[in-house]
Amino acid sequence: MAKDNRIRVWTGNDACAEAAIAAGVRFFAGYPITPASEIAEVLARRMPEEGRVFIQMEDEIASLSAVIGASFSGMKAMTATSGPGFSLMQENLGFAVEAEIPCVIVDVQRVGPSSGIATHPSQGDIMQARWGTHGDHPIIVLAPYSVRETYDLTIRAVNLAEKYRTPVILLSDAVIGHMSENIKVPGPEEFEIVNRPKPTVPPDRYRPYEAKGGEVPPMASFGDGYIWYTTGIIHDETGFPCTGNPALIDFQVRRLHQKIYVNRKDIVTVDVREMEDAEVAVIAMGSVARSAVKAVKLARAKGIRAGLFRLVTMWPFPEEELLSYMPRLKSIVVAELNLGQLQGQVRQTVEGRARVVGVNRIDSRLITPEQILAAILQEVGA
Amino acid sequence: MTLDISKYLRKLPHIWCAGCGNGIVVGAMLRGLEQLGIDQTQVAVISGIGCSGRAGNYLNLCGFQPTHGRALAFATGVKLGNPNLKVIVLAGDGDSLSIGGNHFIHACRRNIDLTMLVFNNGAYGMTGGQHAPTTPGGFKTTTTPYGNVEPNFDTAELARVSGATYVARSSIYHVQQLISYISRGISHRGFAVVEAMSTCPTQFGRMNKLGGPVEMMKSLAQNAVPVKDAAKMAPIELAGKFITGELHVNKETPEYTERVQQVIAMAQQRREKA
Repeated sequence: MAKDNRIRVWTGNDACAEAAIAAGVRFFAGYPITPASEIAEVLARRMPEEGRVFIQMEDEIASLSAVIGASFSGMKAMTATSGPGFSLMQENLGFAVEAEIPCVIVDVQRVGPSSGIATHPSQGDIMQARWGTHGDHPIIVLAPYSVRETYDLTIRAVNLAEKYRTPVILLSDAVIGHMSENIKVPGPEEFEIVNRPKPTVPPDRYRPYEAKGGEVPPMASFGDGYIWYTTGIIHDETGFPCTGNPALIDFQVRRLHQKIYVNRKDIVTVDVREMEDAEVAVIAMGSVARSAVKAVKLARAKGIRAGLFRLVTMWPFPEEELLSYMPRLKSIVVAELNLGQLQGQVRQTVEGRARVVGVNRIDSRLITPEQILAAILQEVGA
Repeated sequence: MTLDISKYLRKLPHIWCAGCGNGIVVGAMLRGLEQLGIDQTQVAVISGIGCSGRAGNYLNLCGFQPTHGRALAFATGVKLGNPNLKVIVLAGDGDSLSIGGNHFIHACRRNIDLTMLVFNNGAYGMTGGQHAPTTPGGFKTTTTPYGNVEPNFDTAELARVSGATYVARSSIYHVQQLISYISRGISHRGFAVVEAMSTCPTQFGRMNKLGGPVEMMKSLAQNAVPVKDAAKMAPIELAGKFITGELHVNKETPEYTERVQQVIAMAQQRREKA
């Protein structure tokens, strides 16, 4: 039998690091933090081998600063951290949104608040990922549930960041980041690589934010011959502050949202299983979704019409996709490693059209299939 | 020598108060660039937040104004992303040394090829005149209404001990000297810090009854001590004064982006052998 030299036993963090290289990430800056440090350690070795840049910065604020800076120079750029470091990155995350600079932030979630539990998983950053930076802004957040999906979604995160000129967050957790699985590494022919839109107009005609609602403005790299300047201050199409023009401020901030929401079909992915006739659905993401898969199987074995609605894209939340199962869907079990961050969004989406109950743990241990099954059984009165 | 810097100016008027020193520092920077004859498309200006940080908006140069205090960390990424760029950081004393103090010492330590221009007017201007880590003891600001009880940083000394390899200080009174330090800082292969002692008549000057722009400019002239003279003076004689000149120049220490390229070459060589 021919040996398949693309089979690896990788952790989620290994897969993330190797996928960054496959996706064309040319710059990584990071700061040590459990349970994300392995991503930096792998890339410290691998990036120079590939002729690319790795730097350990003085803190997480500096890490995301350097990542955004490198992106201005034309490099696909990424950082990786966990909850405490992600908190420190929030202000710069907002800058990347406002200045429309592609970059990827990996958050391997650990238990919080504060230092919490460094080596155990949580999903306490669902809302930090959505609303951690101040001001109204859109955000793209992807949540892998396996080592292979960590690989695929890391590439997708880089591609979406480039395509929409926006920061993208890969929301992993301590279980997904640290567990090992077999993975058949996809060849370059198996995935798409997306590069940011570049200006085609001559340099004297270039306006860095010239775009209608829903469009992504082309981005020149520094040194390309295009002279442009921008700021985190709300700016006009030239990048100059427009603080005295309410109509223009309104247009520019809405445009940031439109370029994401107009393209939500391209961004939103859900893994649905057994949902066609489901009366009760389990909504989960990341490590918890692994227990949810089994819980749905156990319920089906008992003849219960249960389905799985797994969030691959956490934000923007797949509202239309979930509502498409109404009105048959009577109950929704939201399983998550927090006290109801996702559940709140589900309630907001279904607006009372289905019962919504939570299965929640914050004791640093994973939710088991049996816990989710018990909630399903309770919902169907079994 | 008259240098035409109009090609570097994009959009005016500016927001600075009458008598502000910022325009003089920016003018000196542009004249320094013009002297060097660098391709305008190969310069990136990363600005701080605050009055001086607004400078980048007025310039016909690539760049951006990121979050407060982080300009050096952003600039580190810009430079590593494209080592051919001449990357200049413009920031005030509060931005550089207070919120950005950590990034300042680490940029010095790495000796990355950036030029940092510190506009030192001794206080936070844009937010209304609060004290900065450069405000000397005793002076009044809106957050030291009874007089400042904190000692101030010596920007140049901090830069030198942290590892910067070109450190110079001048003032908005000594414009020709300032231009030459900026242009030498840009030419220097490594981390260069040029401190421009400046004035804020609107906030700091008013609260400390230091007079108007002309009086404050005169006191810069009186308080500047050239480094060779300072060597002969007792510490007590230097109280309230500032030392000007090229305070530290080291051309031996390897520059950071070159070190990164060496690491890449080593890693690729090892991989080929393996």
